Amino acid sequence: MTTNQIKKTPLNETHRRMGARMIDFGGWDMPVQYPAGTIEEHLTVRRAVGLFDVSHMGELEIRGRQALDLVQRVTSNDASRLSDGQIQYSALTSPHGGFIDDILVHRFASDHYFICVNASNADKDDNWVREHAGEFDAEVINRSADFSQLAVQGPQALALLRTLTNVRLDSIRYYWFTRGEVAGIDCIISRTGYTGEDGFELYCNPANVEALWNRIIEAGEPLAILPCGLAARNTLRLEAKMALYGNDIDTETTVLEADLAWIFKPEKGDFIGRDRLLEQKDAGITRKLVGFEVVGAGIARDHYPAFVGDRQAGIVTSGSPAPFLRRNIGLAYLPIELTAIGTPFEIDVRGRRINAIVVQTPFYKRAR
Amino acid sequence: MADNPENLQYTKDHEWIRVEGEIGTIGITRFAQEQLGDIVHVTLPRSGSSFEASESFGEIESVKTFSELFIPVSGEVTEVNEALNDSPELVNDAPYDGGWMIRVKISNAAELDKLLSAAEYDDFIAQQSGD
Repeated sequence: MTTNQIKKTPLNETHRRMGARMIDFGGWDMPVQYPAGTIEEHLTVRRAVGLFDVSHMGELEIRGRQALDLVQRVTSNDASRLSDGQIQYSALTSPHGGFIDDILVHRFASDHYFICVNASNADKDDNWVREHAGEFDAEVINRSADFSQLAVQGPQALALLRTLTNVRLDSIRYYWFTRGEVAGIDCIISRTGYTGEDGFELYCNPANVEALWNRIIEAGEPLAILPCGLAARNTLRLEAKMALYGNDIDTETTVLEADLAWIFKPEKGDFIGRDRLLEQKDAGITRKLVGFEVVGAGIARDHYPAFVGDRQAGIVTSGSPAPFLRRNIGLAYLPIELTAIGTPFEIDVRGRRINAIVVQTPFYKRAR
Repeated sequence: MADNPENLQYTKDHEWIRVEGEIGTIGITRFAQEQLGDIVHVTLPRSGSSFEASESFGEIESVKTFSELFIPVSGEVTEVNEALNDSPELVNDAPYDGGWMIRVKISNAAELDKLLSAAEYDDFIAQQSGD
């Protein structure tokens, strides 16, 4: 570990008071679970509503006449398709077509973009984008210290937040945002999330996040809201097959290998990594990230090797029991010839082989 | 953290044993189940198998992680808690009661002297959690 002081969100004391167990998550002291436990938290998000402190996430702003040009240069998705108030999932790509980070690009205006980035990548991303900003009339501002973030997730998220705001929340479509007051606190209100459920992500001034948290918990009581930790966040995102940076994607895995071809938009013009991704697309990828399910007993976990016969064929990047689906699932990179739905393979679980099969993803999809 | 029962003995691997005559009932501590989080599977040995003190007698899996189970004293397994097959969450809900794991016929009672008392175990986990 680094000798750096561990970082805390403004809600650190609140989490401890609520009985959270805290862990070091990439240098942040974060709640991994509250007394209800991961399974209960997970199910509450699937059935009602849960509240997550995700203030560790980073935020970059890109402003200026050529803000769009800079965003286009460093990302793989096509930000020119965004309207004001719209959000796009994208990748900050390396020259090899790998992931510097996976990000959410919010367009405030043609000269103003707001990018939500992974906590552990915030400084790296900031430096990376800044490095490529020189040729553009655009400014990169690291706003990570200026924003705290709460995620309100679950089928009751809308009903809950409605009681705290005059903003017409139901008119905010999925992957759109607006600015407005929630519980009297100025927020960026995004209809996004990392759980596979409907929900909102609220960005506010760190000075106000404790009040916002308390008001949401209070207003959510009749709906049996639970505070949720990072463990539930992980199982929820896995059921929804949303990638986790550092596990499922990193600089060594390309956008195409990660099965995220839908955020690769070469027709938008040049961007970092575009040529390599085009080459890879033409040649065909040799491995791909797939979802699998364990057949029979056993739990596959992160980094366990995948086998076909005696040959190590790939690696599990995320593996866990799935609390809602009640199956043991995971994501793995496998050779392309083994990625068809229904393909059997084996996983080495601490010296013991278990059976797995490639399945359709997302594992879980909410009814709309 | 002082809710570890006085009438049990403990290991630094966070198992407990309750001795009644020559039979010891074994489980994991409240601290251990809290660290693991929601338990989803417990793999236990068959009745009749024998283990040396500190040997692994099984494995416990939570949503987040897994851990081996280490036997506090040498002995032969006389009974396993079959209820954990269908209800592994008993280990979370009642670690010192319904969440017990195995009963053993203790083969060397002298080994019990090396185990921690409740007070010693309290001190040990206080150090572990850095409080």
